[in-house]
Amino acid sequence: MPLLGDKMQVLRIIAISLRLSVLVELEYRANFFTQILQSILTLLVSLGGLYIVFTHTETLGGWLPAELVALVGIFTLMGGIIRVVIQPGMQQFMEDIRRGTLDFKLTKPADAQLLVSVQRFQIWQGLDIVIGLIILGVAAVQLGGVVGGWQALGFVIALLSGVAIVYSFWMILASISFWAVKVENILVIFQAMYQAGRWPITIYPLWLRSILTFLVPIAFAVTVPAAGFVGRLDGPTLLGAVALAIFLLLVARLIWLIGIRHYSGASA
Amino acid sequence: MTSPPEERPPTIVPLSMSPRVLAQIYRAFFRISFAIQLQYRASLIIWLLGIVLRPVIYLVVWSTVARSTGGSVGGFTPEDFAAYYIIFMVVDHLTFTWIMWEYDYRIRMGEFSVMLLRPIHPVHGDIADNIAYKLLTLVILLPVVALLIWLFSPLFQMEWWAAAAFVPALGLAFLGRFLLGWALAMLAFWTTRIAALNESFFVLELFFAGRLAPLAIMPVFLQSAANLLPFKWLVAFPVELLQGLLTPREALVGLGMQLFWLGLILVMMRLIWQAGIRRYAAFGG
Repeated sequence: MPLLGDKMQVLRIIAISLRLSVLVELEYRANFFTQILQSILTLLVSLGGLYIVFTHTETLGGWLPAELVALVGIFTLMGGIIRVVIQPGMQQFMEDIRRGTLDFKLTKPADAQLLVSVQRFQIWQGLDIVIGLIILGVAAVQLGGVVGGWQALGFVIALLSGVAIVYSFWMILASISFWAVKVENILVIFQAMYQAGRWPITIYPLWLRSILTFLVPIAFAVTVPAAGFVGRLDGPTLLGAVALAIFLLLVARLIWLIGIRHYSGASA
Repeated sequence: MTSPPEERPPTIVPLSMSPRVLAQIYRAFFRISFAIQLQYRASLIIWLLGIVLRPVIYLVVWSTVARSTGGSVGGFTPEDFAAYYIIFMVVDHLTFTWIMWEYDYRIRMGEFSVMLLRPIHPVHGDIADNIAYKLLTLVILLPVVALLIWLFSPLFQMEWWAAAAFVPALGLAFLGRFLLGWALAMLAFWTTRIAALNESFFVLELFFAGRLAPLAIMPVFLQSAANLLPFKWLVAFPVELLQGLLTPREALVGLGMQLFWLGLILVMMRLIWQAGIRRYAAFGG
């Protein structure tokens, strides 16, 4: 079955999965209050850090305060997207491989990679998406300048590329579970590395910047979209992000296809 | 368990034991901990990555600020920040505890009942576990320190007396942080949402232990607040001491504050433990 074969069916599957997740999570409403606390804490760390830095300087690595607020917005937004859909799906996917329950998804009459990727939404974590958008709104007001249509388009493309790159990165790592069962640890590394995205990647020394760009794609997840938002993204970087997104999506698809051929199910 | 909740649980031996017996018990705990932790080598390295990455991020941020404002921030040059954060990383590593992430699981899964049956306070096993982990990971941490020294060329300027005073300061910091973490872990007797509590605790440490920035360059109101909280004395103080930022007088005050907080934490920990253990017995009964 081709990837994204029937677009209506894809949307219907996502909608059904979302509705089921909402029904499940509404049973755990207390989690929402825990999430409020956690979101406030994340925000406190991000904005508190900015506040203290800007008591001493006017720019950080060429970024103005309002621009770094936009970066915090993207950091929060992207973190929310990862925790709402990417991370829960991929963790369940790895668990399914380990326990052999992936069979249930493979036998359904829809693309199994799609089913695996959108199988679970942790909707309460969506609070970070809302907060991220609010911060971006505040940053936009502070930045003041009129945003041209091309700049907005560039930002949206950079953001979508960022989501695609992060998704592919998790998908590739999770697919390694077909061969080596214990890879959750690698994903913990991603979470630790993601913290570095609070600050513009350009301030880090070359060795760390290289790791955060090519080994763990934090640069494309946070800094590039943020650069797009504040209007300091150049064409070649944007093209590079789009090309990398397409390339990683294809690689993830390829590894997935080889993986399910290799996968022998629970009973074998 | 059928014993009424008023009765003190009979299985808990007080902290005061003959040192010889305690030493034997610790040796046994160490052997077990080493054997277990060697089985989780990957997890060891991942925890270590977090320990290394966080100070490096703030080191880079503050070095960038220092360079952009004519070479120094509040008297700290990039080389001073490098020294501060490399020492911070080592002190943080040697004194941090993860016990508050484990108790929730232990209590929910019933592992804790088994620990209570042993004729020794469970805190000893946890301390031995922590030290065994520290010794194992030191083997990796030391080359990392060498690498960071090479990458960031820090400027160390400690004096001999400060290095000597650092030893008890580090020991007190370890005990203080460990027992504070343990007291926090005990809250798992009352709530299953311990993760949110732990994260709040971590944010307090971020601001008041000198992790986000050396306290000397924090806004004054945060510095004043830090003086009243334990975090400064349990983390930032030994770091500043070893970096040579303190006068002998400040060092003595710091050691005194460490002792004061350690005493307070011990009292608090025992109160929480006693109340918690009764509650736990009530659960089972």
